Amino acid sequence: MVMTKPSIDQVWEWLDAVPDPEIPVISLVDLGIIRGVTWLNDVLEVIVTPTYSGCPATRIINLDIETALNDHGIKKVTLKRQLSPAWTTDWLSDKGKAKLENYGIAPPQTAGGPTQCPRCKSAQVEKISQFGSTPCKAQWRCTDCLEPFDYFKCI
Amino acid sequence: MGDNSLVLGHRVSEWCGVAPVLEEDIALANTALDLIGQTQLWLGLAAECEDKGRDADALAFHRDVWDFRNLLLVEQPNRDFGHTMMRQFLFDAWHSLVLAALKSSENSDIAAIAEKSLKEVTYHLERSSDTVIALGDGTEESHKRMQAGLDRLWPYVGEMFLTDEHDLIDVTALRPAFDELTNDVLDTATLSIPTDNFTHKGGKTGARHTEHLGHMIATMQFLPRAYPDAKW
Ligand SMILES: [Zn+2]
Repeated sequence: MVMTKPSIDQVWEWLDAVPDPEIPVISLVDLGIIRGVTWLNDVLEVIVTPTYSGCPATRIINLDIETALNDHGIKKVTLKRQLSPAWTTDWLSDKGKAKLENYGIAPPQTAGGPTQCPRCKSAQVEKISQFGSTPCKAQWRCTDCLEPFDYFKCI
Repeated sequence: MGDNSLVLGHRVSEWCGVAPVLEEDIALANTALDLIGQTQLWLGLAAECEDKGRDADALAFHRDVWDFRNLLLVEQPNRDFGHTMMRQFLFDAWHSLVLAALKSSENSDIAAIAEKSLKEVTYHLERSSDTVIALGDGTEESHKRMQAGLDRLWPYVGEMFLTDEHDLIDVTALRPAFDELTNDVLDTATLSIPTDNFTHKGGKTGARHTEHLGHMIATMQFLPRAYPDAKW
């Protein structure tokens, strides 16, 4: 049986439906870690860049990409790791940033800290720690509603 | 580079679950995670260049003390939290300068790993500088401990700036920038830099590690050596 190759746009759409394993409200495409999708004859090559070099989610992410594409009928997938240019939070999509905020994680800001509490929207916030529950996050606290919250670090 | 990040990454991970407060526990574990991630990249590249069928894990778990090329500073035991953070600060200051220099390496693999690592290490340095200042210029007790940490670790600083024929960059040339950075932070932390410039050496060349490394490696390598077929 000859399978017609799905278009690259179609593949991006499918990948945009694969959730980040640690922050499932955003997709791998929202996260900005999928750097390219190309057909090499009948093999689909997906170029992926890691968020943090030691991020334990990397292995799961690769597995999720392969599983999703296999489920859509693409049997031959190769994943290529690309380190440079290094991942930056500038690659997070606007859609992804809005979803993070809704989920209770303050999105990255170039100023270096969150502009407001994701819960009550107060601008009275302070840093608790440079590091949070995952390598990509820091811990902050709202001094109005007193809730601690995660801030997606800007790198 | 891979041995430095491996040994320090393992040392820092020893704090996991026993750090003084939860936030510090998480911060230390995340720092260790970054360092181990960087190790996978460096040792992965080393294994590839060597082309003897070994991978990053084989290099990490199946070499003995004398094959390690890490700086003596990173194999020093954790002792108290202040000592751990002083070791981290001295290493981060050096690490950030070396990575910035390696970022312009002609070897694109090395440049890419340096570029990636530097982003993480910039955070490490920010945190360790803040902590050294907070504890140095803190209570009488915290100041005393930070000064003790600095006094004990300072003799390991010199080795970081010895350039040998295997170095791709002139690390000795980075010393003035290191001095400027550390003077600034240690001065704000109200700590005094020891005046004696004696330096221990032998870690980077592998000629003479301190006794601590063997004990650390025995713990680190036990599982993959005792159970070679174990899968994560
Ligand atoms: Zn609030």
